[in-house]
Amino acid sequence: MKTSVESDPSATNFAVRRAVRPAWAVLGEKGLEALIYLCGISAIIFVLGIFFFVFKEAVPVLGNEKFSLTQFLTSDQWYPTSEINKRYGVLAMIAGTFSVTALAMLIAVPFGLGAAIYISEFCGPRVKETLKIIIELLAAIPSVVWGFIGLTVMSRLIVKYTGAPVGVNVLNGGIILALMSVPIIVSIGEDALKAVPDSYREAALALGATRWQQIRRVLLPAAKTGLLAAVLLGVGRAVGETMAVLMATGHAVHIPHSVLDSVRTLTANIAAELGEAPAGSDHYRVLFLTGVLLFLLTFVVNLAADFFVRGIRRR
Amino acid sequence: MFTETLLVRRKKRQEALAKWIFCGMAASMIVPLLLIIGYLITRAWPSLSLSFLVDLPVRGMKEGGVWPALIGTIYLVVLSLAVSAPVGILAAVYLNEYARDNWLNRLINLAVINLAGVPSIVHALFGLGAFVYAARFGYSIVSASLTLAIMTLPVIIASTREALASVPRSFREACWNVGATRWQTIKSIVLPNSITGILTGVILQVSRAAGETAPIMFTGAVFFKAVHKGDLFPYGLHEQCMSLSMHLYTLSTQVPDVKESIPFATAVVLLGSVLLVNAAAISLRAFLRARKKW
Repeated sequence: MKTSVESDPSATNFAVRRAVRPAWAVLGEKGLEALIYLCGISAIIFVLGIFFFVFKEAVPVLGNEKFSLTQFLTSDQWYPTSEINKRYGVLAMIAGTFSVTALAMLIAVPFGLGAAIYISEFCGPRVKETLKIIIELLAAIPSVVWGFIGLTVMSRLIVKYTGAPVGVNVLNGGIILALMSVPIIVSIGEDALKAVPDSYREAALALGATRWQQIRRVLLPAAKTGLLAAVLLGVGRAVGETMAVLMATGHAVHIPHSVLDSVRTLTANIAAELGEAPAGSDHYRVLFLTGVLLFLLTFVVNLAADFFVRGIRRR
Repeated sequence: MFTETLLVRRKKRQEALAKWIFCGMAASMIVPLLLIIGYLITRAWPSLSLSFLVDLPVRGMKEGGVWPALIGTIYLVVLSLAVSAPVGILAAVYLNEYARDNWLNRLINLAVINLAGVPSIVHALFGLGAFVYAARFGYSIVSASLTLAIMTLPVIIASTREALASVPRSFREACWNVGATRWQTIKSIVLPNSITGILTGVILQVSRAAGETAPIMFTGAVFFKAVHKGDLFPYGLHEQCMSLSMHLYTLSTQVPDVKESIPFATAVVLLGSVLLVNAAAISLRAFLRARKKW
């Protein structure tokens, strides 16, 4: 049933007489196609726009002699409203973001990849469909609901079982973020495993490998770039998450020493203080500068993930 | 002839063990969550009723329902949809039907991926800088909806592209062969054949937009706004509004001595509506797959 121009030699004979369309139709179509083109490049415009507007609000503070970029990045002193000596150091928040993300990945990566392997290799088609739907629904849970779960359910459990004085801390945020990033790790990881040709699996089976050996020696090495992309996307999600960590990690601005310490992350810091910072003040601009930092951070992570994802597609 | 040797038995044991380990890993990510959702519902039960949805919050939000927040969320979702659906669908049409495989196409793909990866709070900063201040929309429903629209654009682009790509190339070729232009082909062949798939993407966008909090926090959502009971259009477009997600955040962190079950009930309403919308998208997709003729 395939029709193609090349296969029909008589087609050229008919093409001589062109149907005449009214000028408005031709013009209208041109206009519409211009609109489509504009929408097509809108994503680029928006990404540039985001960077431009966030950077524009942040940039005046860079010229202020009371502010230094090195202090911003290397000091853990965050006193934006101090009367005598305002200090804007986000190191404690960077440490907060890092610790919560690292803990989340420590939990989410093994379990997420394990779940991806189970879905792709072990279960039957029925179970597979059901699990994929559940994973998709999990991914849809709003972050504020996760934060609420952290604040009410998880914090009580943590106080009860670890004896920590407060339940909102690195552990709480890490568990919540782990649960939030598992769906993305599972779905991208499963894609990566699906992309491994069946002949690899058959070859392993023919050599008498058990399933376990097949996974460890054949599948994981063959799918490793895709799995890395899955992990990176999980990291991107965890770093950028705002509401959940705002509600679940407590609000202490200091470098954490254990998983039971409260911390504040870069994202939560913006969310917590933007409402109080007067527009145009240094405090306000430093928060935008934190936004620029976050933008660049996630930009790099996503770029790297995309690089690996395209690695699988090309094969 | 084929008696089980020790080796075969060991292999079988290993096989079963591996299967159960991975099954356990999958289960340990899903089961606790189902338990948590069950717990939320039991805690919310005393407040859950139809009147909770249509009542106003009273006594400083310590009692009452979620009506203004519910309506506010609907406002934000509908307005953001009105912007992001046309732009997203046309963008997907460009990427799938017009774009050649060149640097521009790769750049657009990269931009879409990054737009999806930008943290929601950075979207909030952008909305504040661009719509509230630069475009002078002020703290309003318009600013908040536009911020949401840009944030959810990648959802629509990705799913529409998938829907368009699933229309076989031979359909298009048949149409070109009878002399139709590119746009005529898109209008009469490609879009009608992928409309259900596009709809799925639009529904997913709705669920995403309804759940977001951070982007609207500083652009147009407020803790509290007085409205009349049963008023279907309580907000003007240049006013601020309440939203379910913001309401949940406020209730659970800012308001002291709220009646225990009310934040839980708000969480269940938000979670329930988002999951319901998603379930609708999933069943639409399943229906589509079952009916597919090519």
